[in-house]
Parts: sequence; C-alpha cells; structure tokens
Amino acid sequence: MIEFKLPSLGADMDQGKLLEWKVKTGEAVKRGQVIAVVDTSKAAVDVEVWHDGVIEELITKPGETIPVGTVMARLSGAGEPAVAARAPAPKPSAPSPKPAAAPAPSVPPALRKPASPAARKRAHELDVDIEKVTGTGPHGAVTLEDVEKAVKPAAPAPAPAPAAGADRLAEMRKAIGAAMSRSKREIPHYYLAETIPMHRALERLSRANESRPVTERVLMGALQLKAVALTLRQFPELNGFWRDGAFHPGHGIHVGVAISLRQGGLVAPAIHDVDQRSLEELMRALADLVKRARAGSLRSSEMSDPTITVTNLGEQGVEAVYGVIYPPQVALVGFGRIAERAWAEDGALRAAPVVTATLSGDHRASDGHRGARFLAALREQLQRPEEL
Amino acid sequence: MKPEELKSQVLGILATIAPELEPGELRGDKPLRNQVDLDSMDWLNFLVALHERLKVEIPETDYAKLVTLDDLLAYLKGRLGG
Repeated sequence: MIEFKLPSLGADMDQGKLLEWKVKTGEAVKRGQVIAVVDTSKAAVDVEVWHDGVIEELITKPGETIPVGTVMARLSGAGEPAVAARAPAPKPSAPSPKPAAAPAPSVPPALRKPASPAARKRAHELDVDIEKVTGTGPHGAVTLEDVEKAVKPAAPAPAPAPAAGADRLAEMRKAIGAAMSRSKREIPHYYLAETIPMHRALERLSRANESRPVTERVLMGALQLKAVALTLRQFPELNGFWRDGAFHPGHGIHVGVAISLRQGGLVAPAIHDVDQRSLEELMRALADLVKRARAGSLRSSEMSDPTITVTNLGEQGVEAVYGVIYPPQVALVGFGRIAERAWAEDGALRAAPVVTATLSGDHRASDGHRGARFLAALREQLQRPEEL
Repeated sequence: MKPEELKSQVLGILATIAPELEPGELRGDKPLRNQVDLDSMDWLNFLVALHERLKVEIPETDYAKLVTLDDLLAYLKGRLGG
C-alpha cells in the first residue's frame, strides 16, 4: 500500500487545506498526475502523485486543514511508500549522521504527537521536547510557531493560529516572513556582485525576435535563466539543498523564478531542467509559469523542486538585488536593470548596456572564491549568447 | 474603428493584464508601463492580446515609440489605417 501524504511545498509551509480531490476511489492514477488541489498560504496548488497505482481510500475530506506529512490517501500498486512530492525528500542513503526531520523510532507513530516536519526539525535544533509542546494547529498538531514559542515562554503571546478566512495576502506575508527569517537566522549569507556587458546578448535577442511574431518573442529573462543554468553545471555546490547539516546536490538544475504577484507578495516556483531546454522552450515555460502563478494555479513539483532561485528586479529600476536565499536552497542569483554605462573594453571607451548580476551564497555550502568564479563564468557565458 | 472604441478595447485588454487597474486614474500622457506596473512579461502579454484582438503586429523595434497610452492609441490608429 502506498501512502499519499501532504507534501511540503516550501520551507514556510506547515499545513494545507484540501480544496478538492481530482480523483475518485477505485480510479487508476499515473505518476505525475494531479490528484488533489491544496490551498497553502501562497496559492492553491495542484498536488501530483509520484507512483502509478489505484486509489484505495481518500482519507482527508475537502475543507479539512491538515499538517504537512499527513496521510491523505492510500493507493495500491507497485512501489515503495513515499511522500507525494519528490525532490526535497532527503535521500536515506545520504551519509548524514542523524535521520532527517527525525521522528523518534521508539515511539509508535499512532502515539506520536502530530507535528509538521518543519516543527519537528526546529524542535530538534532547539533541543525542545516536541511531546511537551502544546499544539495549536489542526487536530492539535504542533506547528513551527508553537515550537518557537516554547523556547521563549516569557515573550508576550502572539496572536493564535490564523482564523479561518484570514486574508490571503496577510497569510502570504506571514509565510514569506517565516521563510526569510529562517533564512537569515540559519544561513550565513555571503554576497558578490559583477557588472556584465550585455550588448552581445541584447543583439542576439533582438536579431532573433526581429523575425518572430509577437507570440513567439523571447524575453531577456529567459536568456538570463538559461545562462545561469548552463553556468551552474560547473558549480554544483551552488545548486542543491542544505539539509541535516550537509549539502545535497540537486538532481537536475531546476531554477526557481521569483514572480511578484499583482496583489502583493511573491512565489518562486521552478522551471525544471532549465539547462537542457532551448531558449524558445524556456520562454514558453516561463510565460506559462508566470501566468499560472498569477492565476494561483501551480503544481506541487514546481513549488518543492527549485534547486536555486533567480530574481530579476531590474524592471523595477534598481541597479542590483542582493537576495535572501530560500531555504533549503544554498544560492540565489539576482539581476538588476540593464542600463547604458561608460564601458572600457579592448582599450576603448564606449557606451554599452551592462547589468549587475549578484550571487547570494550559503557559506556552509560554498565559499566566496567559488562564488566569484561562478559570477565570472556567468559573465563569460553571456558573452557567448549563441550557446544559449 | 472610432478612437473611443479603440481606447475602450485597449483598456479592456489592459484590464485583463492588470485587473486592479482603475481606468479613470490612468493618465494618457504619462508612461503607461510605470503607471500600470507592467513588467516585460505583462507587456508582451498585452501586445499578444492586442495582436489577437486587433490583428496588429507590433515589431519589437517599435516598442520605444509606445511610451504613453496616447502614443499607443496613435500608433494603433495608424496601423489600423484609421
């Protein structure tokens, strides 16, 4: 029997509300098929199943809010029991000295206090006995917030768990705040910047777009994503996750694209295997992702898979962006505005379009030396736009 | 197409890209993308929608001419032969 569990769709997700089952009991499902829609604080997410099988039992009822890791359904079929989402699940074979998000093996699962994996991990880090923490989540589950409150009993009690129907924007702000606070608390960031001449890349793009109808035009954002992904092949230590005290390289280069939402807030879902796609494919994927992100229709694999994030704030007019790494990722690449500057090259001074690219790196996974080499390689890659 | 009809169609398309837009607050003589906070993806989607609705193809080389809503309406009027 395969257990289909509510996956974690980001470092900031503790729980989710089942909106809808897309399948019925007795129905056969294929790996990668969307079988449920779950509301997180950021969006309604289409959750995919990662096994072929037949739905035997739908346990969670639509409208129910459940902690991450809760068994939502049971499937029969070949395959090992696993969490529904893929990438972020730590590989059991990793040479990590301690188990991931460690449930105490001596306690039978039925007797364990319900708690989200994020809460268990934090409790472990803070040396808090999770069994003694009062849970305020659904069914009394211990949330990340409960664990953090447990170590600071003197602090004035913050507002209780969000009321039903709480404004999504406020929820999203809270989720972003939780993830970014965790990042700044746990990740020793280093920041590097490099000015990159862009005339070759711009020429390539405008030449290509000249003959394309408006429906097939490629944006600089797609070209920058491809350049980052190709460069990352030489810097695997920037592409992956920091979990349980160790770096785990990503399987594939899945770039999280920071997308601002018009009503406020942002999401950073992944485009998969960016290094292997043509620029045209990448542009179609990017357009589709932005459209669905803004419509609040993302897939679970897109939310949980990014191995690095790229953000571009140049269109808002800033010269450079020094981003906050989205845990458990270990790096973030930022692009600022492409602007004309005085530029010296081959002994001549001229006006040239340039962009400031930045790298925020996790010092536990890489050093500034490698980060600097990455930005230098990215600069060189953007001088060879014909390879993109 | 009458100028008022063209404007109404363009604003209708813009509202699909930026649903929070208050057309009454839009200044025709100020930069459009700044006022409506259109990034390059929004802008491209806007042009694709204009293309689909009005059958006008706007080459990338003409983007620089399309700063304000008034610029855009004048440009479209020219391209539509009106």
